[in-house]
Amino acid sequence: MAIPVVYNLRSVKARWTSAIVAVIGIAGTVGVFVAMLSLARGFRATLVSSGSEDNAIIMRAGATSEMTGGVGIDSVKILQDAPGIARGADGPLLTAEVVLVAPIPLLSTGTDANVQIRGVSKNVLEIRNKVKIVEGRMFQPGLTEVVVGKNANVSYSGLTVGNTISLGSVKWKVVGVFDAGGSAFDSEIWCDGHLLGPAYNRPDTFFQSVTVHLVSPDALRQLKDAVTSDPRLNVDASREIDYYSKQSTRLTTLITVLGGLVAGIMAIGAVFGALNTMYSAVSERGREIATMRALGFGGPSVVFSFVIEALLISFVGGLIGCIAVLPLNGLTTGAMNLQTFSHMAFAFKITTELLVKGVIFALFMGVLGGLAPAIRAASLPISSALREL
Amino acid sequence: MKFSRLVFANLFRKKVRLILTIGSFAVALFLFTFLAVVKSAFSRGTELAGADRLVIINRAGLIQVIPLAYRDKILQIPGVKAVTHNNWFGGVYQDEKNFFPQFVIDVENQRQVMTEMKVPDEQWKNFVNDRQGAVAGATLAKRFGWKVGDRIPLKNALYGPTKTWEFNLDAIYTNDHPGGDESQFWLQWKYFDENIPQVIKGSIGWYVLKLENPDDAVRVAKAIDTGFANSSTETKTETESAFQAGFAKQLGNIEFLILTIGGVVFFTLLLVTGNTMAISVRERTSELAVLKAIGFTDRFVLFFVLAESLVIALIGGLIGLGLAVLAIPVVGVALNGLLPRLILSAAMLSFGLGFALLVGAASGLLPGLGAMRLRVVDALRRV
Repeated sequence: MAIPVVYNLRSVKARWTSAIVAVIGIAGTVGVFVAMLSLARGFRATLVSSGSEDNAIIMRAGATSEMTGGVGIDSVKILQDAPGIARGADGPLLTAEVVLVAPIPLLSTGTDANVQIRGVSKNVLEIRNKVKIVEGRMFQPGLTEVVVGKNANVSYSGLTVGNTISLGSVKWKVVGVFDAGGSAFDSEIWCDGHLLGPAYNRPDTFFQSVTVHLVSPDALRQLKDAVTSDPRLNVDASREIDYYSKQSTRLTTLITVLGGLVAGIMAIGAVFGALNTMYSAVSERGREIATMRALGFGGPSVVFSFVIEALLISFVGGLIGCIAVLPLNGLTTGAMNLQTFSHMAFAFKITTELLVKGVIFALFMGVLGGLAPAIRAASLPISSALREL
Repeated sequence: MKFSRLVFANLFRKKVRLILTIGSFAVALFLFTFLAVVKSAFSRGTELAGADRLVIINRAGLIQVIPLAYRDKILQIPGVKAVTHNNWFGGVYQDEKNFFPQFVIDVENQRQVMTEMKVPDEQWKNFVNDRQGAVAGATLAKRFGWKVGDRIPLKNALYGPTKTWEFNLDAIYTNDHPGGDESQFWLQWKYFDENIPQVIKGSIGWYVLKLENPDDAVRVAKAIDTGFANSSTETKTETESAFQAGFAKQLGNIEFLILTIGGVVFFTLLLVTGNTMAISVRERTSELAVLKAIGFTDRFVLFFVLAESLVIALIGGLIGLGLAVLAIPVVGVALNGLLPRLILSAAMLSFGLGFALLVGAASGLLPGLGAMRLRVVDALRRV
């Protein structure tokens, strides 16, 4: 025979002060858990969304990131005729890019951040077709003009349309703002690839990476085989999306490991709090429980009833924790990518899945905190408990 | 203390509750210490930076190079004691996951500038005489199980076509500063410069200089930057700590994150213990009334309740700190080079213990005051 859940609801209400302690303990733990994971998610999502299934990035063989690779203009010319690359109105959809970082002050702190500058070719918007100009216009090839990502526009000083900034030995005019759909490009500055190198006293015949638009996602195999087997080339091709998801591993691991550790330790504390609450609930209710047993409710139903009560408390705690961190969703923060050492803006990303995980985590803590007290409640000897007090 | 037996007898009245409360304290203190250790690991670079050192980088950004020829001009500026130059090597050891910083160093001057990094003279001599020689920090050597005499291949794609550079580990360096960086890998400038493409020969990543007198920092930095102003390569000179702080700031607002979590932990802990103390005082109302009735003063009753919560806080705090001392080295290994070394200082331990006692006192205060104000007649009538 089951004890009605109303009994638990009323008993939590009657002892709300001690229940609240357990609720807050669990809410705090779930809040930290969800916030840390959403930080890692947001960072990863930003980098992963930078890549596309339809694009391939070609770098020097063995290079671990764009920053550590180099491709000469001779190789770029050979790559233009490689198989699998889609063609647009003016030739192959290929952008040979110069990538470097320049110190630009953050608006928030006034201190310099390493901002990624990308010299691109003029048809880059056809290759990265998710990128759209949202203010002003695209830079004109051959002119010292730049367009800035929408996060760069609001995070770093001086990057507003009409302003002039100096990069290397050259002054550049900001002519537009682009939206790259919340990807890492949103924190970058783009300009003509042929002008960026010389501005930094580098030859204009040397690039960090080449990104191409594939005729279809399956064409990667064909392209990869062709470029790796060509004896004139010393490059390797990988899918853009794979490259970017790999770029996120170091910081994501750090946040996940640290966040997991902290949430795990906090969970132990929260379980202790829940145990304390439930044990005192059991000991204060010795007579009640004995009365129910005497009325004919069996041991298992008493255990079940107390576990339900603990689950109720932890569920409320989990919900409160999730609701408390919900305003973080979409909040933009900045961090340095530990793989390229460049600064990047990204947003906390709280998904439904993460919230469900948070609540499950709370219920798990509830079971841990409620089971032992429940068993004790069920094993109290009826006759002596009734005699108590 | 003649009443200590009474305090202890009351503590053990409910053993499970005692264990759980002590447990919450231990967990909170453990977490507190852990967060403090992580926070200090992030800011340590700034704290340990030499006050008498300046870092000179290309004004256009850290990844741009500076000519080797600047060295002599820098040395002419009065107040400069020694100058060394470094390059970022950026090789990969076996797998990308095994990241560690590799610096190309100026063998003649590195030790005069980086005085806290110590290498035994015998090993240093071997390193200097071995073109393919390398020096590894003690932590780094331990991480990969390297010994002096090992051959270490690093794959590099940064300078010319991708190739594997082979190094002989000739020496291990240690850092004099407790907690100082021991995770670097050094190789010789001469060997590096010979093996890179012609166009980038003679290019330096950054210079580090040592001052005669730390008070000269501003003057010397200004002299360097104005000296190279309007040249093809302009410079940016900062103190080492400003340089490190700028780097750390970009990592994101770690301090805020840690303080927020710490605040949540503090608040939760206060509630849990405050609640437990309140329950245990409430259960004993009649006993406390009896104590008062037989002549114990109000102040004694307050002291009595406070003593109980302080003892719990002390025991829980000590267990938490003990666990932290045991666990932090393990966590450091598990993070596998992702974070700077985690170090638990004596100051952190004593601060943690003080923090535990503070929470203990705060959580005992409210029920204690209640017990103090208890009117004997009412309390005895209640049951």
